[in-house]
Parts: sequence; C-alpha cells; structure tokens
Amino acid sequence: MFNPQLNDKGNLNHLLSIEGLSKEKIIQILDTAESFLKIGERDVKKVPILRGKTVCNVFFENSTRTRTTFEIAAKRLSADVINLNVATSSQSKGETILDTINNLIAMNADIFVVRHSSSGAAHFIASHVKPNIHIINAGDGNHSHPTQGLLDAFTIRKYKTNFNNLKVAIVGDILHSRVARSNIHALNILGVPEIRVIAPKTLLPYEVEKLGVHVFHDIDKGLKDVDVIMMLRVQNERMDGVMLPSQEEYFKTYGLNESRLNLAKKEAIVMHPGPMNRGVEIDSAVADSEQSVILPQVTFGIAVRMSVMAILAGQYS
Amino acid sequence: MTLPNAENLIESLKNKINTIIDSNTVLIGVQRGGELILQKILPDLKQHLATGSIDTSFYRDDFSSRGLKIKNKPSKIDTEIDGKNIILIDDIFSTGRTVRAAMNEIFDYGRPSKIILAVLVDRNEQELPITPQIYIEKISLPKNQHLELAFDQNKKFIFQLKENNV
Repeated sequence: MFNPQLNDKGNLNHLLSIEGLSKEKIIQILDTAESFLKIGERDVKKVPILRGKTVCNVFFENSTRTRTTFEIAAKRLSADVINLNVATSSQSKGETILDTINNLIAMNADIFVVRHSSSGAAHFIASHVKPNIHIINAGDGNHSHPTQGLLDAFTIRKYKTNFNNLKVAIVGDILHSRVARSNIHALNILGVPEIRVIAPKTLLPYEVEKLGVHVFHDIDKGLKDVDVIMMLRVQNERMDGVMLPSQEEYFKTYGLNESRLNLAKKEAIVMHPGPMNRGVEIDSAVADSEQSVILPQVTFGIAVRMSVMAILAGQYS
Repeated sequence: MTLPNAENLIESLKNKINTIIDSNTVLIGVQRGGELILQKILPDLKQHLATGSIDTSFYRDDFSSRGLKIKNKPSKIDTEIDGKNIILIDDIFSTGRTVRAAMNEIFDYGRPSKIILAVLVDRNEQELPITPQIYIEKISLPKNQHLELAFDQNKKFIFQLKENNV
C-alpha cells in the first residue's frame, strides 16, 4: 500500500498519522526520545544536530501549547524556528494552503509543522512538496495528532515499562478527538491487549468498535482495574445541549473524581493532553494527585518532538 | 593479519591510567567500546573516581549524510566537570572525528581544565589536529576495514575486523 509518510527506502520522510507506522518505527522514535529527554535535564539544553536547518510552525488553527513545545524542541536541536499564525494572516487575505506553503519553501525552510482544522491537510501538503522537505502533522481536524499519540505512548512506557499486559481507558469526547484516534492506533500497534473507550453515545464515532476498542457508557464499569486513564478535554463548543447537557451534568456522569479513580488499579496513572477543564472532565484533587502524570507528559512531549524532527531531518530520498 | 590481544591491551591501558589519576580526575568512556573498557578497569584502579559515558550521535559531523542512528544508551555525565582533569577513553582512534564530537558534548556539561585521550589502538588515520596522548598500539589497516572491540564466547575482550560496506 502506498504510504505517503515513507520514502522509497521505507524510512520516515513525513509524520502524518500513526496509522501506517510499524511497531519498530514507533519504538525507534520512543528510544531516540529517551536520549533527548536527558538533554532537557542538562544545564546546556541544546545539541547541534539541526544547526542550519529551518523549522517552520504553520498553524492554520491556534494552539499555544503544541506550538510552544514544537518550538522548544526545534530550538534544542539548534534549528532556526519561524512561527506562522496563518489563522490571522494570509488565509484571511484569501491565499490557498499550497501557496502559503510554497512561499515558505521559497524561503528555504526544511521542516514544516502543520496544524489545520481540516482532516487531511498535512497529507495534502506532504504530497505536493519536494522530497527533501519534511512535514509533521501537529493535528488535522478530527483525524490525527501523531506526536501526541507518540508522547502518550512514551509516557505509558515510562511508568508501565511494557505495553503487553495493560488495560487502558480513554474517557470523553472520542468523536471529535484526533488525540483519541492517534492513541487508539498507537496502543494497538504497540500491542496493548485491552483498550476501552468510555463516553456517552453522542460522543462516540459510528462503529468505533472496529478500531479495536471495548465500548463503555458507564464510567464506573469502564474504569474497573485499568492501568492507565487517558482523559480527553471536553470542548466547550460542544456544550450546546445537543451532544451534552451542561458542564455540571457532564462532571457528574463522566468526570474523573477520586472515588472513580479508586476503581482503577492502585498504581494506575492519569493522563490528559491539556488544556484541562478542572471540574468538567477532571476533579482538581485527581489532576493534582500523585497518580497524575499530566505535567510529565508535557516534558516528554518535547523529547518526542525532538526525536521526530531529528529522525525526519536525517532522511534523504 | 594477526590482531593484538585485547585483554592485554586493556591491562596495559589500565596500568598507564593508574599512573596519572588523582582525586581531580573524571573518567569518561565513549560508547560503546570506550564505555566497556571503562567498566572493565574501574574496579582495579588505585582509587575511586567519578565517571561518565558519552554517545556522540547528536554531535557527529556526518548527520547530513548518515542520518540519526542511535544504538547506544543516552550520554550520562552526572558529576561536576568544571576544573576537572578528564581522561576520555575509547577503544580505537582513527580519524579524530568521534573525539571532536565527544569534546563538543563535554563542553556542554562544563569547562574541564584538561582532557586527555586514552585509547587501545591508534589506526594512523588522523584527519584532524587531534591525537591520543595514551595509546597502547599503532596499527595501520586498509581504510575499508573496520576494527572493533567485541566479546568472545568466554566473555573475554577480542578485536574483530569487518569489511565496511560503504
């Protein structure tokens, strides 16, 4: 099958989605990230590997956290970084995505980190650029957010060592979540035997079981004996009464509080991709508890993004 | 050609290192060969010393042609190196490029007062103004032959020759 992420040698040329990555490729990215994690602990948090390269963060949709971590990652690799908030510039003047990208290529950028509200935007750009330009998908519509999937896998491996005896629960708005999709694919590829999704019917995609997950509508049943709880952000724009009644009602039926956390295994970890809504999907006491690994996720995210950029930049077709 | 006995060379290197260490010395092994030698000689040194290990992957000068291939553990220098005398240990010295990369990385951890390079074998292939202060043997080999440290079935160190598939 044609995989636009790989070059003719089978090496990773772009990172567009978790689907299509082999287990070996994912493990290589996680192992390399382990080395980069050490760089972040030093006084001099920088290595010269991407010296002279230019990384361009092109965000057609706002995201402060993802953009910032990509920016820190690129800078720690000694690349030059340009941040473009396209949402507020060229697009509003009527320029097409490809024209925007071609203009940036003319400025000799080497890696593009692309966030877009339309699913498939990063694929589209990757199929139109020259071989030595690398595209990283930083989130496209409801489709994929591969670096989040990788950093979540890295986080789980850090605390749980291996994947092949875990029960992982993903709780919240699965329907609109590219994070959930990327995580489901990553965990399946890595051999997690039981992935559960916990959500009301209105927030689950049609035939979600076909992704290889067990569906629960009752959070108390779904959290029983799990090793990992991944909470998703409830997007406020969904709280219009059609899909969800109210924030209070959601917290009552699907919010992660201490008594629900106690249903999971004693040493279970709690993850959240951020930004979290305290008192909506997660109780403050849980978010700040010893089982919460939400802040380490941010630290690991930088190492994983360094790993992806360094691996891509080392590929030549 | 007959390759030298690696165990003997390591023993000689240990003896030479023993004559120059003091409490201000830090030993750093270049992965993978140098780190293996360091772990082997450490228990037999005349005093306890701080150590570190370096994987030069992120500092190599051939990233643009070779890409990133990490086979080793992450670099680990947990000890203060400002003002220290570092003995950098590697198995084979050839062009000097790995040593350059290792020194660049060391300077991201601090400013040592001195770095001495100690190796088992100098291949006479120097491409940079870097040379080992301590070596046990000089061996000239064809460029396409790769000499490396390995273990035999009795877990003893041996040298291995491989053809480079470049």
